[in-house]
Amino acid sequence: MADYLSPLAWLLALTQTLLWVAAAPLFASWIRRIKCRLQNRRPPPLLQPYRDLRRLFGKEIVLADTASTLFRLAPYVVFGTTVLAASVVPLLLVQIPMAAMADAIVLVGLFALGRFFLALAGMDVGTSFGGMGASREMTVAALAEPAMLMVIFTLAMVANSTNLSTIIEQMLIQPFALRPSLLFALLALMMVGIAETGRIPIDNPATHLELTMIHEAMILEYSGRQLALMEWAAQLKLLIYAVLVSNLFFPWGIAMTATPTSVAVAAAALTFKLVSLGTMLAVAESSVAKMRLFRVPTFLAVAFTLALIGMLSFVILEAT
Amino acid sequence: MLLTSEWLTVAAIASSIGSGVAALAAAGHPRLQRRLSFALLGISALVSIVVALWALLGDAGFETSLPFGLPWLHWQFRLDPLAGFFLGVIGLVTLAVSLFGPGYTRDYDRGPYSLGVLALFTGLFVAGMQLVVIADDAFAFLIAWETMSVASYFLVAYEHQQSANRRAAFLYLLMAQIGAMLILLCFGVLAAFAGEFSFTAFRDASIDPAWASIAFGLGLAGFGMKAGIVPLHVWLPEAHPVAPSHISALMSGVMLKVAIYGLIRLLFDLLGSPIWQWGLVLLIVGSVTALYGVLYALMQHDLKRLLAYHSVENIGIIFIGLGLCVIFIGTGHPKLGVLGLIAALYHTLNHALFKSLLFLGAGAILQRGHERNLERMGGLLHRMPWTGLFFLIGCISISALPPFNGFVSEWLTFQTALQAAALDSGVLRVVIPVAAAMLALTGALAAACFVKVYGIAFLGQARSRQIRRAREVRTPMLAAQGLLAGLCLLFGVLPTTTVQALARVTDSLLDQPLASATRHGWLWLTPVAPETASYSAPLVALGVLLAIGVWAAVWLGLRRRRVVDPVPRQGAWDCGFGPLSPRMQYTATAFAMPIRKVFQPAWRLHENTEREMDPLLPTRPLRLTHRIHAEDIAWCWLYAPIERLVFKLARRVARIQTGNLRHYLAYSFLTLVLLLWLIT
Repeated sequence: MADYLSPLAWLLALTQTLLWVAAAPLFASWIRRIKCRLQNRRPPPLLQPYRDLRRLFGKEIVLADTASTLFRLAPYVVFGTTVLAASVVPLLLVQIPMAAMADAIVLVGLFALGRFFLALAGMDVGTSFGGMGASREMTVAALAEPAMLMVIFTLAMVANSTNLSTIIEQMLIQPFALRPSLLFALLALMMVGIAETGRIPIDNPATHLELTMIHEAMILEYSGRQLALMEWAAQLKLLIYAVLVSNLFFPWGIAMTATPTSVAVAAAALTFKLVSLGTMLAVAESSVAKMRLFRVPTFLAVAFTLALIGMLSFVILEAT
Repeated sequence: MLLTSEWLTVAAIASSIGSGVAALAAAGHPRLQRRLSFALLGISALVSIVVALWALLGDAGFETSLPFGLPWLHWQFRLDPLAGFFLGVIGLVTLAVSLFGPGYTRDYDRGPYSLGVLALFTGLFVAGMQLVVIADDAFAFLIAWETMSVASYFLVAYEHQQSANRRAAFLYLLMAQIGAMLILLCFGVLAAFAGEFSFTAFRDASIDPAWASIAFGLGLAGFGMKAGIVPLHVWLPEAHPVAPSHISALMSGVMLKVAIYGLIRLLFDLLGSPIWQWGLVLLIVGSVTALYGVLYALMQHDLKRLLAYHSVENIGIIFIGLGLCVIFIGTGHPKLGVLGLIAALYHTLNHALFKSLLFLGAGAILQRGHERNLERMGGLLHRMPWTGLFFLIGCISISALPPFNGFVSEWLTFQTALQAAALDSGVLRVVIPVAAAMLALTGALAAACFVKVYGIAFLGQARSRQIRRAREVRTPMLAAQGLLAGLCLLFGVLPTTTVQALARVTDSLLDQPLASATRHGWLWLTPVAPETASYSAPLVALGVLLAIGVWAAVWLGLRRRRVVDPVPRQGAWDCGFGPLSPRMQYTATAFAMPIRKVFQPAWRLHENTEREMDPLLPTRPLRLTHRIHAEDIAWCWLYAPIERLVFKLARRVARIQTGNLRHYLAYSFLTLVLLLWLIT
């Protein structure tokens, strides 16, 4: 593991992490833009989320009377764990030292840590909305997280590793074949991603006062830079799931070595993948209605079953 | 001479017995009693930690026999790394308890209960546990085991004026005795092959596989009854809440671990080479126990009862690790088996730490807020900030979130399970991933449960008057919680060092070194190989710390520029309906409602809603009460039928109880004749 301690590798990884953080609002903006087009509305400029964040960072914070220290700490923990999670996932470069720091299971653990604080922050003020959001978020997570882990286990068994870099490398090396296990895992991961990032049909990111909201209910009391951090973390999480789907299952184009050409190719390939994935998500969101809250467990049970079938089909059909 | 590990162990045990005796001797001086007994208990704990470290890092093993016991079998004791590890677990929790105890038992000064009795049985309880782990023959083991069980019975029954407590204690005693009987039978099977009762003879004996499986079954049921595997767990949620909180911490944190010790000793030491089918049994039992425990925990409103159900869950997780270990060893993959055992031992240590931390926190709330019911708590973080911080650390640890200790052991268990592809048997390759899925579900549900606990108890506004007036507990009590919280972080951040120490235990039990896990220095934990999986807890912890550091820097920086101070405070958003009252907050029942809908068949729910209407305006409700109680389905499916059967049989047998003296004389005569006939 000595090569993981070279300063150049860490510098590259750090740059990649910064790129993650910087690119997150753009992806969210792209989805919003396509949705506007599909709904015959005039879209805001592509850079609008950055303007929103800048405006929020400049605003004064107003705290609720009953808010405790945990409420003020939570945005930083949520944002920090999300950035940490992003730093683990290969974006353009495969071999990054951070992938050895935390494998795919730790990635799920980091998301869970952020969610733990997000839910506690929702309950901190003591309003019904906060408790409602926290309760729903934890219920959704309790079903989505095992499904996510099952997807990871399937990939880990296929690649014989839980290290994200190694998984992607193995995917590239292996001859292309339509494996049923990977197909099931891909479907399950997409469903989990939709649930975890609070998209339609599970949650509606565009609503503020609706009795079925989940994510917005928890951050209802936030303002100023705390709200900005929460929003940014949510956008980053969306991007992480999109990159996981595209880089784990369609890894072609990702840079194996850190040469300028290969990184440029990787950037072009990733942009193409994300643009198409974002378009697909926008189309899907525009064409389905939001689900009733108590139908959500069925949706997630399907995801869990798909992931389990994926894993079992690997164990039974493909393992040698 | 005095500084040998033997004498240190003797000193530890003598000191814990002495703590009880001293308290009896100082009866009538409660202050002195408390200080003396808990100081001696603390010394005992420190000495056992020293012995444990010596056994794990150095070479402290000994074998000795004491001139007590049966004429042909003197008590034999032996310290090996396994015993040393468990001695350390006992020591760590007892140390925290001895700090917490003096402040906590202050409340009993005014009550009707005797402090001397409490201290005596606490001392005997701890001494019993210490003796169990170093006992080296079946006779000494069972004497120590029974000392532990009976002493803890008196501790559960300590507040005996409430009938519910007596009932819980009786149930506990009953189950403990049945468990001890099963362990006795298990040792009996082994002794039949070994010819005598010492563990050395058990080890050397070659046991017929069928009888070994019977012994395993008896041992699993006997030790499992104490550990609380489903469906033998029913005493646990009854007994733990009614004991004084520091005793609950000892019982849940350590006594259950002593049962795990017994099982490990039986499986890997006494029975020789385990068979993989046993591992399958352990794995299935463990998965069911883990999921069952967390589902029932979600439905509880009593904080201590909820924690007791979480103990059931964590015992299940330990069993999953043990099961994986036995499966891999039985199928000829000893390296992977070692990994499973390490995961199980690591989780044993972790559970001891965070569960006692949480029980001590519950004790702090109970002392200052006089409340165990979650529905009446709220806003405690404002009133008890330090307890709140330590309790939060406990909640994060038990929810298996990085970078705390619970995560490391679950991660190791997952990594072991992921190696299932190496197995030949198709059944195992399917069962192990399904068990891993159940473990994943358990972990996620545990996180939901602890968001509920912390969010309802410590955040929001106070829901009752006592809670609103709660004060922070005394400094030593905080120090006890701080110690455990610090250890939770320490064992979470330094997993490689811990695994290195644990490898001594597995090395001595299985003769199988685990070099690959720790080969790459303290920074990296690589259970199988670096390219398969690696985890660097210090770096993850650094990342999280960085986030908290940024917050602190922003806050301090802005305060210096006088931007933050004072922060504008407003009422929370009330939808324009006027101020929010504490009654409008989400309750624990409401929080768990979506999960209740999803897993409905898991419980037998008794729901009761009463609505009282205004007589003048029938559409206006005056009062609304909603009660929900989740009855343990093990009661209705297993215990209630057994209870009915016993009563039915008893009624049959009662027919011979005529009350006539002559009949009884006839019975005695017949019995005598029968016995004489049998003898001749």
